Amino acid sequence: MREDTRTITFAAIVCVVVSLLLSVTAAVLKPAQRANEAFDVKRNIVKAFGVDISAMARPEIEATFEKHVFEDKAGDLPIFTWTDEDADAPSKYAFPVSGKGLWSMLYGYLSLESDLETIAGISFYKHGETPGLGAEIEKPWFLSQFAGKKLYADGAATDFLVVKPGSTLTETSVDGISGATLTGKGVQALIQKDALAYADYFKSIKGGN
Amino acid sequence: MASAAKKLLMDPFSDNNPITIQVLGICSALAVTVKVETAIVMTLALTAVVTLSNFVISLLRNVIPSGIRMIVEMAVIASLVIIADQLLRAYLFDISKQLSVFVGLIITNCIVMGRAEAFALQNPPKESLLDGLGNGLGYGIVLVAVASIREILGFGTWLNFQLPVGENFMGNGLVLLAPGAFIILGLLIWGQRTISKYVED
Repeated sequence: MREDTRTITFAAIVCVVVSLLLSVTAAVLKPAQRANEAFDVKRNIVKAFGVDISAMARPEIEATFEKHVFEDKAGDLPIFTWTDEDADAPSKYAFPVSGKGLWSMLYGYLSLESDLETIAGISFYKHGETPGLGAEIEKPWFLSQFAGKKLYADGAATDFLVVKPGSTLTETSVDGISGATLTGKGVQALIQKDALAYADYFKSIKGGN
Repeated sequence: MASAAKKLLMDPFSDNNPITIQVLGICSALAVTVKVETAIVMTLALTAVVTLSNFVISLLRNVIPSGIRMIVEMAVIASLVIIADQLLRAYLFDISKQLSVFVGLIITNCIVMGRAEAFALQNPPKESLLDGLGNGLGYGIVLVAVASIREILGFGTWLNFQLPVGENFMGNGLVLLAPGAFIILGLLIWGQRTISKYVED
């Protein structure tokens, strides 16, 4: 009986000590973690707007975001606008894209030029694809292909394709990744899906101009 | 005493390596060895956890009631892992993104629990600390070796530095996948056991 009491007391002490330790750690580190996550989103929005961030330090990226990017709502959907220096109206628009890859969900941002048809840039910030294969979607060689392609034409979403590497490319297709056909198909599907979701919004602001 | 301490620290590097001899911790050895950078951070995280858990469990070894011994060990290990994960997310965000769930999975890494059960429960804190440090670093050596081979063959880089491999270098896709890691690990284990003349009983 005395042994049982000792066991329970010991277990209770361990629980209290461990939970105190963990809650203090979590509370102390939370602000830094939140700041990292918020910065990660900003960095990827700036990147999606076609800015080369590879040589930019964190404060520089933060400053660029504060200066040029404005968050707005497209109905229920989030939208980000980019305003050039000394300009009144936004010149680029970005929206979040997401969908299934091969192993994981892919999350990113896609931006449009002021004509609201041409892609200005795209970035992926979260995925769990195979390094060296599917994970190439976050590499510059893959992402840079999108700039200049047509996401919308005549007010409707185009049939955007990620094709087999080496195929003849059109204004609405990009090369896929060798060895990662299914990740490429996922990218194609999520671009088509989110292009449709935002089609009405872009139509409406275009009509207003 | 000095040589005993040295033995505790150095044995896991080769003669009693947790990966190549005991074949523990294989899961993470496959998962985080695509690049040297992640392998090094994983090594540091695991070494910190196994060293501290060995130390704490050794301090408690005479007061832990035998009935809940393993649960207490788990609580100590899990808490240390959560703290390591939180620290990485606060201060090394990009690397913690790459390591994703694998830091959390240190909890289930057999090396940590194995050293607690096999060593820390019977030995004083100082020896346990050295044993944990040695095993963590012994694990790390193999991790970095596997990661070096994979990163060089797969990307033509080492620790993100471009190696002079020429413009026509094509990364080998196989070494970047889990089967490639298995093959490399198998070769390492073979080499290691040939040198140390270790034979499974």
